[in-house]
Amino acid sequence: MKFFPMHTNRPLFNILVIGLLLAWVPWLGLSAFWLSFFYLILYWSVLTLSWNVFSGYSGYFSFGHGAFFGIGIYTVAYMCGQLEMSFLPMVCLAGALAGGAGVALGALVFRVKRVRGELFALLTLAVTFIIATVVLNTPIDGGPGVYLNSVQVPKLGPSTPATFYLLILILFVVALLVSRYISTSKLGVALFAIHDDEDAAEVMGVPTFKTKLAALFISSSMAGIAGGIHAVFVSYVTANEVFSINVPLFVVLMSILGGARHWAGPALGAVVITSLQYLFTIGDNALMGKMALGVILILVILFKPDGFLGNRAKANSRKAAKQIADSYGVRSNSAHQDTPTHFHVDHQHAHHHAHMGESAGKRQHSSEVLLSAKDLCMSFSGLKVLQNLNLEIYSGEILGLLGPNGSGKSTFINVVSGHYKATGGHLSLSGVEISELKAHQIAQQGVARTYQIPRPFTNLTVFENTRLVASYARGISLTQATPFAVEALEKVGLGSKIDALPQDLNLHQRKFLEFARALAAKPKLLMLDEVLSGLTPSEIQSAIDLILSIKAQGTTILFVEHVMSAVMALADRIAVINYGQLLAQGDPQEVMRNPQVITAYLGKKLDNA
Amino acid sequence: MPSLHLIIQSAVSGLLLGGLYGLIGLGLGLSWGLLGQINLAHFGFLFLSAYLSYQFSTTFAINPLWALCILPPAFFAIGAGLHALIRRFKMTPFNSLLLTFGLTVIVDALIQWIWTADFRKLEYAQSNLKLELSGIYLPYAESLSFALSVLCASAVYWVMKRTDMGKAVRAIAQDPQMSTAFGINQKFITMCLAGTCTALAAIAGICVSLIFTLNPSQLYTWIGVVFAVVMLGGLGSAFGPLLAGMLIGVSESITMVFIAPSWAPIVSFTLLIGLLLLRPDKI
Repeated sequence: MKFFPMHTNRPLFNILVIGLLLAWVPWLGLSAFWLSFFYLILYWSVLTLSWNVFSGYSGYFSFGHGAFFGIGIYTVAYMCGQLEMSFLPMVCLAGALAGGAGVALGALVFRVKRVRGELFALLTLAVTFIIATVVLNTPIDGGPGVYLNSVQVPKLGPSTPATFYLLILILFVVALLVSRYISTSKLGVALFAIHDDEDAAEVMGVPTFKTKLAALFISSSMAGIAGGIHAVFVSYVTANEVFSINVPLFVVLMSILGGARHWAGPALGAVVITSLQYLFTIGDNALMGKMALGVILILVILFKPDGFLGNRAKANSRKAAKQIADSYGVRSNSAHQDTPTHFHVDHQHAHHHAHMGESAGKRQHSSEVLLSAKDLCMSFSGLKVLQNLNLEIYSGEILGLLGPNGSGKSTFINVVSGHYKATGGHLSLSGVEISELKAHQIAQQGVARTYQIPRPFTNLTVFENTRLVASYARGISLTQATPFAVEALEKVGLGSKIDALPQDLNLHQRKFLEFARALAAKPKLLMLDEVLSGLTPSEIQSAIDLILSIKAQGTTILFVEHVMSAVMALADRIAVINYGQLLAQGDPQEVMRNPQVITAYLGKKLDNA
Repeated sequence: MPSLHLIIQSAVSGLLLGGLYGLIGLGLGLSWGLLGQINLAHFGFLFLSAYLSYQFSTTFAINPLWALCILPPAFFAIGAGLHALIRRFKMTPFNSLLLTFGLTVIVDALIQWIWTADFRKLEYAQSNLKLELSGIYLPYAESLSFALSVLCASAVYWVMKRTDMGKAVRAIAQDPQMSTAFGINQKFITMCLAGTCTALAAIAGICVSLIFTLNPSQLYTWIGVVFAVVMLGGLGSAFGPLLAGMLIGVSESITMVFIAPSWAPIVSFTLLIGLLLLRPDKI
């Protein structure tokens, strides 16, 4: 059964067809029982899909979905049940309030850098209990619960159960469309990147804070709307039921079971689990049902941690990458997969650029300062790693940054890229102060970096890894970013690996994926953090060729490296830092003869030696 | 304005109850902080132990404290076995949370099946004993659980700081691979630690059965406050949960006196969120 084919627009078509088919159900003459059963399936699907849009995609598992859902329920219960407002506007209000609560919560907790993963899960659970207590102790509920029997619902179907069924069906179709849309959108890919490596995503230009808030808003407002409808469906709400641990746990369970990375996975999980539960309830075996749920959860976690559709989600993204590769006619030189690719540095091209850069010689550069660090300080609770560092990088040069281990080279890169915020001093890029900017803003200004230990987004294809960076760093759409990503991957020789997942790459290929991502961003300043370490001599040669060809395009390069032969071959200038201060800088040969530099590396000569 | 006597009495009650919070949080925090497992099954084991302790002393009509000799060793074995399973499948902290939640659901269903959803109260000879100190009452069960809590926290502290075993545990928590390279039997040590955490749940469960009327649905109501205790107290700390538990217990009971009992649940979470946002480094 080919229910969810991968062509880009087929899923949208399928969703609408499924929606229309399901819309017939109330006219089939089914009993109210079955309509309610179908209602519950769709209702749980909506809750799970809405949860998944933020939590499943980004990996920030929220246990607070009950809070957003509960806000929706109590908005309608209070406004319609007690103040007798009309239903539909209040459902919209429910969505708005729940969404607002989601953004407020997110804005509060995501400011704290250490709030990650499980801490977030428990925090959101705590918020649920707080809201429950407030509801219980104020006139919103007050304890006895709220009756909603008298609320008028616009008549959509032949009967009241049919009306509820159709209401939730509309929401279900919307939720599926949203889930599908996000999974292929720029926002969605950013969420996947946050899931895999949030810090790297931020440094590569993804505004992680805003992305999380946007997704959390969509997620919680959908939950609020579902709650608003459900309040009238159950017609009597109590705080203990609404805010019970069931909602958050069931949505987590259903998502995991169906496959949190597939847009339709949560719905599948919801269908399976709701049906199972009903089966046991009908057979008067609620306890057995509970036990079965527990067993299923355990088995899924142990044997299928990616869920039913987990593999399909991966296959889909690989297929999409493959299609892109085909449409761009990427050469598949699979015969040389594991040998390093040799770069044909386009010498004519290189020359051309060299002339443009006012000088033809290798050891020269323009006098225009690209990056300037003034009195830059960085300390970690008292440990001063950078102490009033002054360093300038000129446009178009390759600057080799050297220093003994622990001298502050990597910290310098982390400060320039905005991962760490400098504790003092100034940093400017082309005369623009960047020390106060967030990491993703600095990336968008044209600063890219590679990591010494490659940090690819492990669940995204090589292509998506690269395109994401191109899209966010340049501030363009995914479609616009596609050719840049393909170009960058071909340049580093990963054209044949375009649809691979990072786990299928060897170290050398992963390092080149780092290059490709940086290149796709088209940076003004590229910072290479020990790209050569761990490579074989022939791989080093191909990396050196690649670096030269990047320089030939006019990109300025800061180059941290311990492989001295490469440094001497590549660098136009060398700067040596020690204890976070500039020790020497200038022509490579001269700097390496500087006695201070020798002392820093090898220690002092004994006087009597 | 409530009388001073009432305030002191409720603060003392809160302090004693906080001891129990700390005792429940101790095992949970150890496995979270040192094993990287968020063990929701801790609550399943807690209630399983409470019900077993109830059954044990009702059936044999003996002092429930005898359960202290039987249940903790038995639960130690269960916890160690569970850990062996989790180790085999190399689980992320989050998946361990889901797995142990599945386990908790099963235990919950099991309890309902055996003991039904009715309320159960353990009756024992000392249940009405109280110690009176100048007008302030210290009930038997609460005082006992507080004492056990202090005892367990001290024992954990001593083992962690003073014994080779404790040093090995801390080494594993810091760098599992390195510790193995230095000859630490990781599997054995972590199984012992996981067993200890579950045994601590068993001890706490006996205390719960002495103090509270049992009902399966209460299993989930403990989760919030105990997690708050663990996170406030610090993961893997010995005395942290006890101190945090006392803080939360006292603030809850003071809230009950000054505002209303129904507002009490908000205290622990407000404390937690406040701390998290103001002092994130301390978590």
